[in-house]
Amino acid sequence: MTERAAAVPLADRGYLTERGFRAWATTLDHKRIGVMYLFTTLFFFLVGGLFAIVIRLKLMTPGPGFISDHTYNVFFTIHGALMIFIFVIPAIPSSLGNFFIPLLIGARDVAFPRLNLFSYWLFVAGICVVFGSLLNPMDTGWTFYAPYSTRTAAAVTVLAFGLFMTGMSTILTGLNFVVTIHKLRAPGMTWYRMPLFIWAMYATSIINVLATPVIGITFLLLAAERLFGIGFFDPAKGGDPLLFQHFFWFYSHPVVYVMILPAMGIISEVIPVFARKPIFGYKAIAYSALAIAFISFLVWGHHMFVSGMSTVAGVIFSFLTFFVAVPTGIKIFNWIATLYKGSIHLDSPMLYALTFIFHFIIGGLTGMFLGALGTDVHVHDTYFLVGHFHYTIMGGTIMGLFAGLHYWFPKMTGRLLDELRAKLAWLFIIVGFNVTFFPMFILGYLGMPRRYAEYPPRFQTLHIVSTVGSWVLTIGIAIMFLNFLRCMRKGQPAPANPWRALTLEWQTASPPATDNFETIPTVTTWPYGYGKKGDAGE
Amino acid sequence: MSSRPPEPSLAPAGAPEKARLGIWTFLATEVLLFGGLFTAYTVFRIAHPAQFHSDYLQLNRLFGALNTVVLICSSLSVAIGIAAIRQGKERALQRCLIITLLLAAAFLGIKYLEWSDHFAHGIYPRTSIFFALYYTMTGLHALHVMAGMGALTTMLVLARRGKFSAEYSTPVEITGIYWHFVDLVWIYLFPLLYLIG
Amino acid sequence: MAAYRIYFVVWGGLVLLTGLTLAVSYVNLGLGNVAVALLIASAKASLVALYFMHLRHETRLVIAFALFPLFFLSLIIGGTLLDTMFR
Repeated sequence: MTERAAAVPLADRGYLTERGFRAWATTLDHKRIGVMYLFTTLFFFLVGGLFAIVIRLKLMTPGPGFISDHTYNVFFTIHGALMIFIFVIPAIPSSLGNFFIPLLIGARDVAFPRLNLFSYWLFVAGICVVFGSLLNPMDTGWTFYAPYSTRTAAAVTVLAFGLFMTGMSTILTGLNFVVTIHKLRAPGMTWYRMPLFIWAMYATSIINVLATPVIGITFLLLAAERLFGIGFFDPAKGGDPLLFQHFFWFYSHPVVYVMILPAMGIISEVIPVFARKPIFGYKAIAYSALAIAFISFLVWGHHMFVSGMSTVAGVIFSFLTFFVAVPTGIKIFNWIATLYKGSIHLDSPMLYALTFIFHFIIGGLTGMFLGALGTDVHVHDTYFLVGHFHYTIMGGTIMGLFAGLHYWFPKMTGRLLDELRAKLAWLFIIVGFNVTFFPMFILGYLGMPRRYAEYPPRFQTLHIVSTVGSWVLTIGIAIMFLNFLRCMRKGQPAPANPWRALTLEWQTASPPATDNFETIPTVTTWPYGYGKKGDAGE
Repeated sequence: MSSRPPEPSLAPAGAPEKARLGIWTFLATEVLLFGGLFTAYTVFRIAHPAQFHSDYLQLNRLFGALNTVVLICSSLSVAIGIAAIRQGKERALQRCLIITLLLAAAFLGIKYLEWSDHFAHGIYPRTSIFFALYYTMTGLHALHVMAGMGALTTMLVLARRGKFSAEYSTPVEITGIYWHFVDLVWIYLFPLLYLIG
Repeated sequence: MAAYRIYFVVWGGLVLLTGLTLAVSYVNLGLGNVAVALLIASAKASLVALYFMHLRHETRLVIAFALFPLFFLSLIIGGTLLDTMFR
């Protein structure tokens, strides 16, 4: 109780002033909606994480474990589907994007606030339907490949409708952001004066708008196939199971860039602030975001090299895949060039940003192995892929999310984080993450297939290392979340601009008032001019 | 930025650009939603040309053509309704919306007759890939017609309450664009299914 | 009435084209039927988009928004055919 008394009340709670369920549930304020998304998605991050811990525990022993093989299949399916569809895809765009896009471009809200609220509740409704499917849980893996998914006894149809709804919510959010970024920028904010997070969110929203409907129709067809016995994906009825994979990956490949691009946007914001230097190659970073979004639509076939796709398509998709590496490399080099001779401050957001770069280089380069037609045949569907994917998404996107959360925490809550605990959590997370996932590359190279509940005993040592790593990672994440929860209530009140950043969100109060700015600012320069004047092009 | 046309018939401006961008972005997602079906159609048409040919002959193309005309007429009445409200003619708008709704209902009615005729002849979605595509495509389109009818009904209710005027007609304009899109999809479905199977 | 005339003209065009495409479908042109039907459909679609949906008077930004998805539509069809045509 004494500690509670010591917490300093905030002088002005800004957008957080109104309390109570009604005030939150019916709010049109993009910041509140962003916060609701944040709590929802982070909650499912923890749920999905629990499943991962159980999976890792099972994999400590090569033989039958404490859960049945069917339960194991169900668990990794739930882990994948929850993490991908309910956590990673909406995590940064819908939460931090919702909260910060209007602030960063100097607007009072998004273009369609009612639609924004509708998206949120559609998302929640979709999650409820998804959970309805747990009565007869899925065992297909998060990719729901046909024809197995058309035949399994699991509640595929229910799950498909649930994910259709969350997808619809993603589309509407993307639509909202695209229009917001086009029409609501503050006076003077030209395209080249936009923060790079906005460029990243713009690219992300385009993918969301154009790719998500394809997974929508895929789910509808899958449901129709189960309900009416039609045979689009069933070769016995003249259908084509590969068509499912084409549809699925036309969506799901661009969507991995929906996951990573916003994180890249956050890194582009954090690095110049904590290196106290103008970002290097502003235009290159900005356009590389659009280039990644564009190329992402050309490469989906590289998920199907060993699915029986035509060789012609395989060669072309493999060739095109390597183009993704170009804009990605441009970004990495530009961040590193920004660090060069900078005055680097290793605060917690910067630690996570640097961790992002470290992990993403490993994840990205191993992606090249998988994108190459020849090597992919060897490592396809092994733990190499699992390692690659977790290095990019967990080690990349989620580190980016953590960087963003630590960076913007003072703005969102009006309170400062406990730096010491934040750094302690970071230490556990980076060690735990690498111990968990690096052995997977070796396992996969040696031939350990993904998704198998049981495996030859010679793989056991590396599996045990990986499982121990998952415990360290769990401790780190627990410390971080406890730090968030504690500092939300008891942290030191934050000044408007604790990091001395130049973007617009820091030029208003912490936390911001309901309509963001007392007067809409007029923008005269780009937001990265540390010690240098002028815009990106000047 | 937004340069409105010189024609006096289209002034004043209608919906603000923000709303127009919003609806066109939404239509982009609709294009790709149907895009999945168009892809499936292309793939299967190339894979099973003989089956497509024998199956499509079982459809009555006169019904298809009639429905096309019905939808074109409904598009016309929406367009006229919007032109009317831009001049502040509220009664004309209401009348046009009612006509549009009736035509939409007629479209669904004809579709219903067709489907029940197929069922009577033992043709179901699982009969063949062609009919699977036929039912899915027309079914998804019919769902869009129903959604459009819902939106049009809402507009009619709002119009009766006097919400729209020459100065403010944004929701009607947006609903109109959506309705034309539903028409547009049918313009492609008609030849693909009824004429060139 | 002048305000509405253009819509009636377009409507007339659409009905005529519908009749035309129906008539052509009774003539066997082989693959030509497909080309003609799709050409006529596209002509009709253009009429609807340009006049009924007012694209003719739109800002360049909105027109870009309207055309953009067509490219991605061609991507998904093209990419999938790349596989199925050469399997």
